[in-house]
Amino acid sequence: MNRTQKQSQIAILILRLIAGFVVLILAFLIGYIFITGLPNVSWKFLTSPAKAFTAGGGIGVQLFNSIYLLILAMLISLPIALGASIYLSEYAKDNWFTSMIRTTIEILSSLPSVVVGLFGFLLFVVQFNYGFSIISGALTLTIFNLPLLTRNIEESLASVSDDQRQGGLGLGLSKYETIIHIVVPAALPGIISGVILCSGRVFGEAAALIYTAGQSAPALNFGDWNPFNIDSPLSPLRPAETLAVHIWKINSEGIMPDLTQVSSGSAAVLVLAILIFNLSARYIGRKVFEKMTSVN
Amino acid sequence: MQNQKLAKQLMKKSKTARYERFGHLLSLSALLLIMAVVLGIIIFIATKGLSTFFNDHISFKDFFTGVIWNPGTKTPGGQQAVGALPMIVGSFLVTILAAVVSTPFAIGTAVYMTEISPKRGAKILQPVTELLVGIPSVVYGFIGLSVVVPFVRHAFGGSGFGILSGTFVLFVMILPTIVSMTVDSLKAVPKYYRQASLALGATKWQTIWKVVLRAATPGILTAVVFGMARAFGEALAVQMVIGNAALMPHSLVSPASTLTSVLTAGMGNTVMGSLQNDALWSLALVLLIMSLLFNLLVHFIGRRGAFKK
Repeated sequence: MNRTQKQSQIAILILRLIAGFVVLILAFLIGYIFITGLPNVSWKFLTSPAKAFTAGGGIGVQLFNSIYLLILAMLISLPIALGASIYLSEYAKDNWFTSMIRTTIEILSSLPSVVVGLFGFLLFVVQFNYGFSIISGALTLTIFNLPLLTRNIEESLASVSDDQRQGGLGLGLSKYETIIHIVVPAALPGIISGVILCSGRVFGEAAALIYTAGQSAPALNFGDWNPFNIDSPLSPLRPAETLAVHIWKINSEGIMPDLTQVSSGSAAVLVLAILIFNLSARYIGRKVFEKMTSVN
Repeated sequence: MQNQKLAKQLMKKSKTARYERFGHLLSLSALLLIMAVVLGIIIFIATKGLSTFFNDHISFKDFFTGVIWNPGTKTPGGQQAVGALPMIVGSFLVTILAAVVSTPFAIGTAVYMTEISPKRGAKILQPVTELLVGIPSVVYGFIGLSVVVPFVRHAFGGSGFGILSGTFVLFVMILPTIVSMTVDSLKAVPKYYRQASLALGATKWQTIWKVVLRAATPGILTAVVFGMARAFGEALAVQMVIGNAALMPHSLVSPASTLTSVLTAGMGNTVMGSLQNDALWSLALVLLIMSLLFNLLVHFIGRRGAFKK
């Protein structure tokens, strides 16, 4: 074997080692999160409220807040992102205006989430006087979520074949009718997986929330579902610490004795939720596609 | 009379045409809303951030070169203590170190996934990197706090909090970003480049090193810049492990701080409109400008190196 062949073999061996090392890192991360975290997760942990000074607190309120905020943020951002992506993929002409819009969306998606959070703090908490509240948090998460969701939906709209559009226009539908009744339904599987993937990102976001949704989770009265009462779980004007913020908060200034257990349990729940989001995005996308196109 | 009515009816826009116009405007307004938000962010943060310099009359020089950060008090020299240099240095140090450490790993992994073992790459490494991207930053911060910090404390001394721990955490955080973008750019290199090189008698490694990686260089650079932008803007994970002391870092294991860590830790403890608060907004402005610069850099690389097929 000559020198260059030997060199090639050594180099490839090194590349294999590097790839193996990266897999090891992930295996360690996931293993660490679940092995240290899952033993602390129980039904009681998931449903009881947090305790500030004594052991045995749960994450019930935080978990509810995370889910509620996620749903609100998605409800607000989905129509906007859908509209924006319809324009970008169907109406936009290839000119300076479109490329300027694309650049702005890129800028928004690359802004550090703490900057988005500070903007939310300035606008919603201070200017609009919503205070540290669910509504401030949901609107800030919307800003955080919009660029990626728009891009995801635009991609799935663009992947719909042009035959479908021509079919609609050929039948005498207007362009907008074609989009709403033909293109969007055809892109639905992609849109749904895009929404679920973005949900995972929103669910784990903390930096944008600490100065908008606040860092406290007052006890909730789960018997009262009137959104206008301040201790109702649905009230949009109450402060709401989410699960991700909770992990950060107790690790920076928590004083409860079982801090490590609570944080590792919360981290495990968070990562498990993201894992479920990722897997279900693929699964539901495929199922909806099969149903809509009657493949089998 | 009847003719006039008919003419009027014919001249009017049909229901469908109006509906079409409505839809067009609706989708355009959604887009304009996003643009307004971006403009709003830039204007709001710029006005707040600049008021340190124009309302509180801090000179740019003091802000960017001063090394004492304790807004509201004076330095021994009699100036306002709003020197942001320690945080700026801290941010750049963790970002550059993390990028330097991750880039070889990321390129190696990406090359393995595309050139050496595409099957195993698609089956194991692809989902692995996707999952790594999805793990929330607070979880990275928590693992950093419970694994990396004690490790650094044992191996290198000190408290364990500092630039080095921040680098380790950011290394793992930006690795998947760089890997997945590098994979895309390696896949964009046409197959015949590889075939031509192998046909000339080059070994697999020579093909990878001298042809594939060269051709993909602009894409790889973009990936690294993206990773750096993510590292620079990362707040909570870094804040949890860096020690949060607004001092010039004199070693990699001494407590330090970054722009983001000071912002997250300090914003809640200041009063709106005070110098302490304005100085924090100036840090946010620096963060915003850096993020725009990273964007510009990506555009610049993309325009120069777009792969022509």
